[in-house]
Amino acid sequence: MTDEILRITDLRIAARTEEGEEKILVQGIDLTLHRGEVLGLIGESGAGKSTIGLAALAYARPGCTIIGGEIRYAGTDIRTLSRRERRRLRGRRIAYVAQSAAASFNPAKSLYRQVCEMPVRHGLMSYAEAKKAAAQLFAELDLPSPETFGERYPHQVSGGQLQRAMVAMAMSCRPDILVFDEPTTALDVTTQIEVLAAIRKLVRDHRTAGLYISHDLAVVAQVAQRIMVLRHGRMVELGEAAQILHEPREEYTRRLVSVRAAAAPPAEAAVAERGERLLELNALGAAYGRLRVLKDVTFSVRRGETVAVVGESGSGKSTLARVVCGLREPAGGSVRFRGELLPPTLSLRSRDQLRRIQMIYQMPDMALNPRQRVSEILGRPLSFYFGWPRAKVTARVEALLRMIDLPVEFAARRPGELSGGQKQRLCIARALAAEPDLVICDEVTSALDPLVAEEILKLLGRLRDETGVAYLFITHDLGTVRRIADRVAVMLQGAVVAEGPLAQVFSPPYHPYTEALLASVPEMRLDWLDDTLRRRAGRQGAEGPVIGAAAADRFALGT
Amino acid sequence: MLPLVAQRVALGLLTLLAVSVLVFAGTEILPGDVATAILGQSATPEAVEAIRRSLGLEEPAALRYWHWLAGFLHGDLGNSLANGRPIIEQLDFRLKNTLFLASAAASVAVPLSVGLGILAAINQNGSFDRIVNIVSLSAISLPEFFIGYVLILLLAVKLDWFPSLSAISPEMSFGERLYDIALPAATLTLVVLAHMMRMTRAAIIGVMSHPFIEMAFLKGLPRWRIIVQHALPNALAPIINVVAINLAYLVVGVIVVEVVFVYPGIGQLMVDAVSKRDVPVVQACGLIFAGTYVGLNLLADILAILSNPLLRVPK
Repeated sequence: MTDEILRITDLRIAARTEEGEEKILVQGIDLTLHRGEVLGLIGESGAGKSTIGLAALAYARPGCTIIGGEIRYAGTDIRTLSRRERRRLRGRRIAYVAQSAAASFNPAKSLYRQVCEMPVRHGLMSYAEAKKAAAQLFAELDLPSPETFGERYPHQVSGGQLQRAMVAMAMSCRPDILVFDEPTTALDVTTQIEVLAAIRKLVRDHRTAGLYISHDLAVVAQVAQRIMVLRHGRMVELGEAAQILHEPREEYTRRLVSVRAAAAPPAEAAVAERGERLLELNALGAAYGRLRVLKDVTFSVRRGETVAVVGESGSGKSTLARVVCGLREPAGGSVRFRGELLPPTLSLRSRDQLRRIQMIYQMPDMALNPRQRVSEILGRPLSFYFGWPRAKVTARVEALLRMIDLPVEFAARRPGELSGGQKQRLCIARALAAEPDLVICDEVTSALDPLVAEEILKLLGRLRDETGVAYLFITHDLGTVRRIADRVAVMLQGAVVAEGPLAQVFSPPYHPYTEALLASVPEMRLDWLDDTLRRRAGRQGAEGPVIGAAAADRFALGT
Repeated sequence: MLPLVAQRVALGLLTLLAVSVLVFAGTEILPGDVATAILGQSATPEAVEAIRRSLGLEEPAALRYWHWLAGFLHGDLGNSLANGRPIIEQLDFRLKNTLFLASAAASVAVPLSVGLGILAAINQNGSFDRIVNIVSLSAISLPEFFIGYVLILLLAVKLDWFPSLSAISPEMSFGERLYDIALPAATLTLVVLAHMMRMTRAAIIGVMSHPFIEMAFLKGLPRWRIIVQHALPNALAPIINVVAINLAYLVVGVIVVEVVFVYPGIGQLMVDAVSKRDVPVVQACGLIFAGTYVGLNLLADILAILSNPLLRVPK
């Protein structure tokens, strides 16, 4: 191909640590991009994906430096350009779409002000012209009332709409290259589809070249023609999307593919009825002011059972967790635990009741006190709940560390010296130290890389078998549900719309919302997005596509 | 948003009411009696009694508080004990002078310090940033009277550009008065500059770590534009607050500067009144000071709410 637009050769990027040492983030990366082509960059956190994406704009985050290599845009090495010349390239010829639109839009300015900023500042259009062009892009991206959409402030539109507004902003100067940095990661699955479809349509219509950064192979495969797998700042392999998906050459890629693929088939194994009822929720309600966030939630968890609560953001699943563990007072209904009624708030519960329900959080970083040593973190529940003497506590801490496959020497470390996965293991051990009957897991794998998340799930499964603990497993990830849950409760706008054994809820006949959720999980095949969009168009027909919030409203009416 | 503003206003009024109780109670418990203060130590008990009766000191404190507050709200601040004239006469001229000096200092200090803060943020850790920081910190570290005397020595005595005394009178023209207060205004500006400047700089730099700032860099905008158009609007709330506190200081805390430049402001009036045990004057000054503080902070709160689109524009 002759229409090469970007060629990066031997790119090296380093960060300076606080001690003044140089740490290499990106090492010897080569890539080329042609007009109209999308190249996927995939890898786990720390792989250097975003750093490479930003380097395509000759930008390095504070503390990072591009120390070597060439970044040729249309033949010129943009590293050799003056600051002013580089600025004229950014946004105008090469534009960036960030992961979190909510954080990347200025909360103090209207969308028009921000979307029109680039064409106006780069001297391409007047503000009036830019507004007109922006409205047209909003229309192309299926945003509601495109003429007036831009007058709103970022907090006035939904997450999916904001992400599309950011794509419109990136397109405002009709750039040659778009860098997409995990543009759908922060979105719910049903919303992700809209944004993915919008991105793909726009890139095709305008023949824009793209770098698409993601940690999710299935997502990348829907938009990219070629995929580069990265790890620790180096390239693992580069190939056509189909080849990476179906015939990965490298061991690391194979592992990434198999983790993702494991999510596909529903577990058919019939689940034997587990023990007696442990937790019974009866017509449970909760409200923030006048806003009802939980409506008549009724289901139960048996001893040794894993019940997954699935739903998209705002469905009330985290509120449910807070009500069960006593952090939030219910607005109606009851919580029975081991047959007895649980007092509504923490302060009214006995120490034994507190001990029997433990919690594991999404962000292990924030759930651990950075100033405490591992021995203190694990020792605290032991002395608090059981009042054990020092020697006994020390022995038990060591046993707990062995249980979560961490070396006993870790007792002297602080959380800052552990990796993300190790921290989450520590949180699990802390929960289990109290010897609870029920552990509430709130999105415990969402913040982890897929391979690490997989290990955490295995560990949770093993510990359940060993200790007989039950899990109330809150997640938005249906793949995780399939791997760990015995039973599922699907939540939508504060209500449980479907509940039952995994195999029953996740196989036909589905509740329509469950079906929409399942259909929205990207699958490891190239034509998944086309298929899904076609199916949707067919089914909804005259009513138009029903996605995202609109879908939520419609399905909720039936309950 | 309206309920929020109404809530702030109500809180402000409540604070003022509480302050009025404190001011009244505070002057009540001052040692000594006004009557003996007026007549001196050697007064006969009969004379003291007569004075007490004529001043209405026999009534219970709560009732006197009520009369005092009601009078205040009607603009009747009572009469001075020292000379028997209505307080409002002395206060009127003095308060206007104080507000005049404060406005003159503020109209220079606020734009200057916010502007310097923005420039310092643009040149973060550059030489301009360092110099501005050192100069403003030195200014804030020196006592006000010292700055005042240095300015008098340099600009009045040596160079003879400005008068060393600012004894203005009502018959002077606006221009003459402005010329007369050049030095005290400059002194006050130097005193309040550093605080506002550093807060502006810190608030802007605090916003600079947000992802939307990185986005603005990736849009190809120059740093100064990013700071003025993207960081500043999000840093307004803390800046507004620190400006309000300093404005209040310009009204309330200028006694030393007034003394140095012999300026007929309200601070001097209050100090005189305290030494003469002229309780009604002290109470009136106290309430005016409190009103200034509460009023400016209330204004700052409301402006901060207005500057936040999350509160201004409903979802």
